[in-house]
Amino acid sequence: MTAVLHLDNVTRVHGEGATRVAALRGVSFTARPGELVAVMGPSGSGKSTLLNLAGGLDTPTSGSVLIEGVDLSGLDVAGRARVRRTSVGYVFQDYNLIPALTAAENVALPRELDGDSRKEAREKAMIALERVGIAEVADRFPDEMSGGQQQRVAIARSVVGERRLILADEPTGALDTETGEEVLRVLRDFCDAGAAGVLVTHEARHAGWADRVVFLRDGLVVDEAAASGAYGDPLEQGAL
Amino acid sequence: MSVRQSLLALLEQGPMYGYQLRAEFEQRTGATWPLNVGQVYTTLSRLERDGMVAVVDHGGVDDRTEADGEAGTQSESGGERGQVSYQITEAGRAEVAEWFSTPVPRTQPARDELAIKLAIAVTLPGVDIGRLIQQQRTATMSALQAHTRTKRAGRPGALVGEIQSATEDLAWSLVLDSLVFDAESEIRWLDHCEARLRRASHQTKTASSIQPEESR
Ligand SMILES: Nc1ncnc2c1ncn2[C@@H]1O[C@H](COP(=O)(O)OP(=O)(O)OP(=O)(O)O)[C@@H](O)[C@H]1O
Ligand SMILES: [Mg+2]
Repeated sequence: MTAVLHLDNVTRVHGEGATRVAALRGVSFTARPGELVAVMGPSGSGKSTLLNLAGGLDTPTSGSVLIEGVDLSGLDVAGRARVRRTSVGYVFQDYNLIPALTAAENVALPRELDGDSRKEAREKAMIALERVGIAEVADRFPDEMSGGQQQRVAIARSVVGERRLILADEPTGALDTETGEEVLRVLRDFCDAGAAGVLVTHEARHAGWADRVVFLRDGLVVDEAAASGAYGDPLEQGAL
Repeated sequence: MSVRQSLLALLEQGPMYGYQLRAEFEQRTGATWPLNVGQVYTTLSRLERDGMVAVVDHGGVDDRTEADGEAGTQSESGGERGQVSYQITEAGRAEVAEWFSTPVPRTQPARDELAIKLAIAVTLPGVDIGRLIQQQRTATMSALQAHTRTKRAGRPGALVGEIQSATEDLAWSLVLDSLVFDAESEIRWLDHCEARLRRASHQTKTASSIQPEESR
């Protein structure tokens, strides 16, 4: 299966001379359809840098980033913005909802920016809100929702219009255990339905939801974990 | 050990055969800590010796336990010859009550082997401790992923909509949560060890073995 996201030997250097920081030093990374990949590592190891490159928010110093087979370096700013609107969904720790817009309007916004009519965009937004299980808050403003609800709205926004790559940077950061778990379940469901997901997290418990866990240290991938036991046969006694 | 109290507590529901007890135990805990039949019977005979349970067979109450006055006249009509069930005594009920009202002692450290391995490893030259930590973290992460996946798949044999099944599902998922939290805490501890070792090596500029680029 072709990868939704592929980073090939990517390097990202910030600054020069004394302030030079190599945030990523030759990282290759892949996320396939249906796969949730977690990225773990200490603060400053390059996790957000990797996610920003994957989402076309930043460009590599060397190496290439491909989304659904398209090399982002071959695109101009407008081209990358288009890929971001149509293929990539971003979920941030602090939700990043627009306070003056309702939940449905927040979710519909990327579709409207991409040329959908208001009505079409609203319909797609409602479908996305239903998929994350909070259609009932569609007409509420962000300050009228709990953190968990806001994060689900943010996830709905990140997938509206059938985007195939979901990038989440500490999406459960401010949430309690139970609510954080709900958010992960939603993310996991989207991946099970065919999207590719990349989840940056400090919490091993949350990384446990991923198919693969990539460990970053000082801008390098140092190891990778996959569930032990026979894949697809978790009920077998030995799997516990 | 907890097997003793667990079996005893399960017998508060009513008399049971050994194999039944084993099944009841595993319905709640999954296959996490498999009990073999021998272990169940050894435990039951100790409980009987200590007066915590009374043996019930199809002929009536075993002589040895009649002194407890608790076993009563229960008889097992379906029991085969030589097959006995077990009934909790007053002393047994008291032990169960005591168990539930007393915290599990935590004076004995749980993750002996790993902590000891690391403690030995840091003192020895020539052990690549960065690699040791990373490999352990990956192994523990894999186990954590497997527990999470098992939990998502649901309890084997669970019957949707049944109340008894629902409480057993809950028990089962709490056990899995405990494995998940244990694994998580081990990973956090490994992260902490790694950070401390890095700091120490930056200070002494010697132990280059924990630099990640040399850890593969
Ligand atoms: N715009 C920038 N200019 C200069 N240095 C930067 C910039 N962005 C990131 N860095 C540096 O690159 C390295 C990696 O940063 P990054 O934000 O990717 O880390 P992270 O793994 O996301 O950390 P955290 O867990 O704290 O979010 C750090 O040393 C950081 O200081
Ligand atoms: Mg970051």
